[in-house]
Amino acid sequence: MSIKPKYLVLSLLVLVATIHPGSAANSTVDPKVLHVLNRLSFGPRPGDIEKLESMGIESYIQAQLSPETIPEPQTLIEQIEQLQTLRLSPVQIYKEYGPAAVRSGQKPAPQQKQATRQKARLVVQQAMQARLLRAIESPRQLQEVMVNFWYNHFNVYAGKGLDRLWVGAYEQQAIRPYVLGRFRQLLEATARHPAMLFYLDNWQNTAPGSPGARSKFQGLNENYARELMELHTLGVDGGYTQQDVIALARIFTGWGFRRRPSATDTGSGFYFDSRRHDFSDKVFLGHTIKGSGEGEVEQALDILARSPATARHISYQLAQYFVSDRPPDTLVARLQQRFLATDGNIREVLNTLFHSPEFWNSQNFHAKFKTPYEYVVSAVRATGIKVHNFTPLIATLQQLGMPLYGCQTPDGYKNTQQAWLNPDAITRRLSLATILESGRLLNNQNHTQRRQLVDAAALANTLGNSFSEKTRSAIASSPVQLRAALILGSPEFMYR
Amino acid sequence: MNRRDFLFHAGAFSASALTAISTNAWVARSLAAKNHQKRLIVIFLRGAVDGLNVVVPYFEKAYYQLRSQIAIPRPSEEGGVIDLDGHFGLHPALSPLIPLWKQGTVAFVHASGSPDPTRSHFDAQDYMESGTPGIKSTHDGWMNRLLGVLSGHTPIQAVSVGATIPRILSGQMAVANLPSGKIATKPLPLDRPQIRAAFDRLYSGKDALSQTYQEGRQAYQALKHDLDAEMNMANNGAPLPYGFAKDAQRLAQVMAKDPRIELGFMALGGWDTHVNQGGTQGQLARNLQLLAQGLVSLVKGLGSVYSRTVILVMSEFGRTVAENGNGGTDHGHGNVMWILGGQVRGGKVYGEWPGLSTNQLYQGRDLAVTADFRDVISAVLERHMHLTDAKLNQVLPNYVPTQKIALIG
Repeated sequence: MSIKPKYLVLSLLVLVATIHPGSAANSTVDPKVLHVLNRLSFGPRPGDIEKLESMGIESYIQAQLSPETIPEPQTLIEQIEQLQTLRLSPVQIYKEYGPAAVRSGQKPAPQQKQATRQKARLVVQQAMQARLLRAIESPRQLQEVMVNFWYNHFNVYAGKGLDRLWVGAYEQQAIRPYVLGRFRQLLEATARHPAMLFYLDNWQNTAPGSPGARSKFQGLNENYARELMELHTLGVDGGYTQQDVIALARIFTGWGFRRRPSATDTGSGFYFDSRRHDFSDKVFLGHTIKGSGEGEVEQALDILARSPATARHISYQLAQYFVSDRPPDTLVARLQQRFLATDGNIREVLNTLFHSPEFWNSQNFHAKFKTPYEYVVSAVRATGIKVHNFTPLIATLQQLGMPLYGCQTPDGYKNTQQAWLNPDAITRRLSLATILESGRLLNNQNHTQRRQLVDAAALANTLGNSFSEKTRSAIASSPVQLRAALILGSPEFMYR
Repeated sequence: MNRRDFLFHAGAFSASALTAISTNAWVARSLAAKNHQKRLIVIFLRGAVDGLNVVVPYFEKAYYQLRSQIAIPRPSEEGGVIDLDGHFGLHPALSPLIPLWKQGTVAFVHASGSPDPTRSHFDAQDYMESGTPGIKSTHDGWMNRLLGVLSGHTPIQAVSVGATIPRILSGQMAVANLPSGKIATKPLPLDRPQIRAAFDRLYSGKDALSQTYQEGRQAYQALKHDLDAEMNMANNGAPLPYGFAKDAQRLAQVMAKDPRIELGFMALGGWDTHVNQGGTQGQLARNLQLLAQGLVSLVKGLGSVYSRTVILVMSEFGRTVAENGNGGTDHGHGNVMWILGGQVRGGKVYGEWPGLSTNQLYQGRDLAVTADFRDVISAVLERHMHLTDAKLNQVLPNYVPTQKIALIG
């Protein structure tokens, strides 16, 4: 029998890829190692499994809980440094990239508006790029997971007016420094940030009839007060009433930002306007808060941050993110206790979570359906591709229904299978897998350059070769050039 | 003046009229079994639209007293509402709907909403979508349960516009989604036979993911086929300026062409007008204009199918009767529901008007609810979709009708 050389080569390749995908193929990867990488990070990059195996699961968890102990690669630091708007305060951004001053009574010309939008776009693009870059490349993976988690929890929408300028600054200043810190601090940082004050309208919240009340600042605005309790702290069933919403709105009267910062001002822009504050006493959740000014909010936030309802609400959400869509009550109760005992120390609550039997119950392994964000970030990580152009990734997230900084409503994106698994989503994910594999999506290549193929065997290794028999055989019976796409499009890769 | 006397249709029919209608309904049903299926499209306005500035009770003094900045003037005044019936007027931004109103295919049910008191957007939407106000443990949406009681299921029997499946359509029955915007018709790598065959092998099982994949493939191909065919015809027309109207047009096209699609869903956000809501012009007016354009494209695109379609527009709750201190409105209670369709007894504002004086308001601040949103849904399901009581009960469990609104002719 004679075989044409061309076919011989092809069948040899198939043989190689099936039987010998790489060095790790023969040793089974501990499912716990994969579980930790799937939940504490955005999924394995090439070599991550080996690194974790050599340092041990416990050391990995502890290191991730103390991100400051993990050095960041110089290249990443340099890339982030190039995104200069990330270092600016809200006031600086407003001055440099905000709407040009228009004489009072005049409206900006259309081309002026266009130019303003153009300038603002750069700021939000840099924020998106930084977010994705760190999610993909930072070794401080848990920190990046928590940035995503808390941003969603305290969501601000870039599509609303001035927030297109401020979402990046908000993440940088109000979210990122506190993701593993004390909940109370995180809560206050978000409450004081102009991005949040603008998004949920509190900047206009005014005591009716107060000396500062005028034009659009005439009276109470309940928007922030309600969402602060419903979404950020107590939860919708947390036991507050409409009277508490009104009391909290009154406590927050005058909390806003300077709309015309002085030339020397470079700060956050936060400004308490006592002339618009309601100085009467309030009864909030059964506590009397004496009318005193800015400090009333401190008392209200203390009450909220220390409430068992808040501890439960946050614990539920952490358990849902890290364990399962319907987290067991036992776990939520244990996390709630830990939250209350440590005065809302997020690191301690997570430490308890990562050592809970529920987290290590193998039924919960690979049980979380990835959100589009998790899917895209984990796919890029797995291929090890160096991303030079983030625009296609940003557009992909938009198409998959999860634009970055683009959740319009304050509840943020959900992370459950129910929210994201649907027929069209699968079709589009698989298409993405195919394009990603070809390398076309991520590089500034022109068409004449050769396709950068992801090596299927290496990719399988990166992911610990943890595929079902069915997936293996479907991959093995497909053309070589499609195998990497099939791995990224496999049922196993849809879950974390 | 007693507000009760000018609105209610329900109960106005004699027993003989009711009998006649139900006989006709049987005939209609047997026809429907062939190729005249009824269609239902739900449009959800997320964020709580200010119904008092949509269908304006311009006869109410309190309306103008409580809304000095944002009230829409009376019909005779500049920038005023378009008079509907001598009591209520339509926001002028919705003028594109007036021909349909005159034709008698648009109706409103005012002071409608949920019996649940929540002012949380998310809980209120959840309840309206699950169809079980006050009950959080309901896992599926009422439109999905509706799919379950319709016959001859296909993966495209219900089509939702957007990248995710909303709560109202989630549940056991498969639902297709048509992505928003241009990408709906762009070719995918999965169109290539070799790639498709490989993924077909990977997802050939009976597990949930494989089934979703298979449904997705079928839906994608069917919808793409419908869209491609229509695109060639539609290209003659000028492109529509806004995303929502385009999406509406696309949904109308596939529904007009493909009788297998019986249910449609779209959502439109941006109604949470806590500040700077505007009056005749401004934020809310701009959004209403978008919505009106979308509805008009939908009706146009449906063509003759409009006669067998009901379009229901709803929102989770209304907004405070009084404007707040920032030229906006906060979360309220009662609202207005919109019903469009060839068989709708239109040209009427239905509902029992509860009044706007302080003692008539819900908790002293909001429009009261006199019609349960399920009164409206059940009217549509019974008289338009011809559901039996048993099936209606499956779609809206725990719902005990307190009134019949004769919306459908």
